[in-house]
Amino acid sequence: MGKTLFEKIWDRHVVTPLKDGTVLLYIDRHLVHEVTSPQAFEGLRLAGAKVRRPELTFATMDHNVPTVNRMNIQDQISRAQIEALTQNCKEFGITLYDLKSDRQGIVHIIGPELGITLPGTTIVCGDSHTSTHGAFGTLAFGIGTSEVEHVLATQCLRQSRPKTFKVEFTGNLKPRVTAKDMILKLIGTIGTAGGTGYVLEYCGEAIRKLSMEARMTICNMSIEAGARAGMMAPDEITFQYIAEGKRPYAPKGKDFDDSLKLWKSLTTDPDARYDRTISINTSDIAPQVTWGTNPGMVVDVTGRVPKANEVAGYNAKDVEQALEYMGLQPGTPITDIKVDTVFIGSCTNARIEDLRNAAKIFKGRKISKSVRVLVVPGSERVRKQAEAEGLHSIFKAVGCEWRQSGCSMCLGMNPDQLKPGERCASTSNRNFEGRQGKGGRTHLVSPEMAAACAIEGHFVDIRSWS
Amino acid sequence: MEAFKSHRGLIATLDRANVDTDQIIPKQFLKSIQRTGFEKNLFYDWRYLADGKPNPDFELNAKRFHGASILVTRNNFGCGSSREHAVWAIQQYGFKAVVAPRQKRGDAVVPAFADIFRNNCTKNGVLTVELTDAEVEEIFQMTGRYQGLEATVHLEEQRLTLHTAEEISFHFEIDPAVKEHLVRGLDEIRQTLQDEETIKRFEAQHNFQRFS
Repeated sequence: MGKTLFEKIWDRHVVTPLKDGTVLLYIDRHLVHEVTSPQAFEGLRLAGAKVRRPELTFATMDHNVPTVNRMNIQDQISRAQIEALTQNCKEFGITLYDLKSDRQGIVHIIGPELGITLPGTTIVCGDSHTSTHGAFGTLAFGIGTSEVEHVLATQCLRQSRPKTFKVEFTGNLKPRVTAKDMILKLIGTIGTAGGTGYVLEYCGEAIRKLSMEARMTICNMSIEAGARAGMMAPDEITFQYIAEGKRPYAPKGKDFDDSLKLWKSLTTDPDARYDRTISINTSDIAPQVTWGTNPGMVVDVTGRVPKANEVAGYNAKDVEQALEYMGLQPGTPITDIKVDTVFIGSCTNARIEDLRNAAKIFKGRKISKSVRVLVVPGSERVRKQAEAEGLHSIFKAVGCEWRQSGCSMCLGMNPDQLKPGERCASTSNRNFEGRQGKGGRTHLVSPEMAAACAIEGHFVDIRSWS
Repeated sequence: MEAFKSHRGLIATLDRANVDTDQIIPKQFLKSIQRTGFEKNLFYDWRYLADGKPNPDFELNAKRFHGASILVTRNNFGCGSSREHAVWAIQQYGFKAVVAPRQKRGDAVVPAFADIFRNNCTKNGVLTVELTDAEVEEIFQMTGRYQGLEATVHLEEQRLTLHTAEEISFHFEIDPAVKEHLVRGLDEIRQTLQDEETIKRFEAQHNFQRFS
């Protein structure tokens, strides 16, 4: 029997099977940020251990980082965490892209940008959105701090083999419907735990046509379906992305050609079997808007806020709690929901293509007077690229705040937060209670939908809006 | 890590599904570089009112749940962020075990706990017990009926017993690797380092796709 893409990569990384039924899995690249690493480094210090492969470990600071005046961190505890990472990287000999570096950015944005993320590799990071890197045909997943310490010390992880789940997107996206809508549709269909225990493999015609940026948006939110990893077979679009940009850690010349041979073998064999499969007709997907407090609580923009007893996968009490928190009445058309904040950013949607798509909607218009709009590029390289293309001028001309890079209002660990009761159209990945600020209300949408919402002050169907 | 063989303690119930790790420990408490001190901020947004006083409507604040060490809750507990701080908070508050139901959705069975959260629990010696929906519902009912209801989790026998007038026991399944890890209280890093030679041999033949 043939192998799936996941199985090919998994098998190449099994150091040895272990007696308890798990395996020792080798990790090719380890990404580190300031929030989930300090206790891991402290563990190493207490054990008198070293980082086994510092040259395979890359660090940056993103979660706590202010997006205005970033060198001046007012919050002392945030600053201490940033300083701890600086100190730890120095002590253990790890490459760090700090706030002075033009390579700094959200960890899942800079990995691909710098060529750290390559097809056929294993990547881990103490961050659930590590699934993003799967867009390259990489096995990439989030881990906790104990596992961060394990990888630092051994470059390996003890892992049970997950099951495989084929997610096929047939057909074609309608104009102005995006990868964000595809992944939200999937999560709405299988639920936020539908992928738990599986690695998702996205395939089908609609995936093949997507850019790398759009593919990353989909893989990024695999964790919102419960799956630790989501992946896609690499193809010409992937190879071109790696070859084209200035990617210091990508192989070059003969090394590139050698890698290319491996990369081309990273497809699921025709006779391989998955543990589960689903097929979604992409042509039917409408722009998606979440109405509740987890990403599975989502509806077409043409829909209404649901009644408590009519949501598949949730009991009435869950829905009532969510609607109470969100301050929404059942039956309200989604397009009647007004927002006061729009956030365009995060590891889901803050790559250059996302900013270009938002800028296209904004160009020549004005944002609604009642709306505050933050545009936060995913990395300093994205920021510079956007500025070189003049996108920042478009954002500023319409009234958006143009910021420096970081995780920002996706989780509000820095000063970018919602106030209680504020309602936000957000291109990020989680609409959990309090995620963007205590009492804040989050609706997840695509960058195009967020931009149109900023202009009108309420959600609109981007397909018919002009 | 301390070995987990069996534990008897007071049950507390939290009647919510899809409790995410942002709820278990909100972001502002992730700035600590310590591994301790998270218990006071467990479920912070639900647990405290705006003035910092305990929220009387939050279940875990009920007097009868004070000192509880077994948390019984609903499906998909611990979803979202990978933050291990969530497990540290639960453990430091005093919980030794968390119980939740797997769920049928269409023809699929959805696990009770999110993957990364469950993993993080295991690394810290916190047991996650997965039961059926009906079994968890029964624990909720019994906890409502009996003040101070205690349970014993026997990990080696994979059994959870409610100490009601007539004891009720539920069998649970658990990943054998997780069970062994907990029962023996293993230090994983030390174990892996014993395979040093095997790792070296692997590295010698592995294609790292090197950059120069």
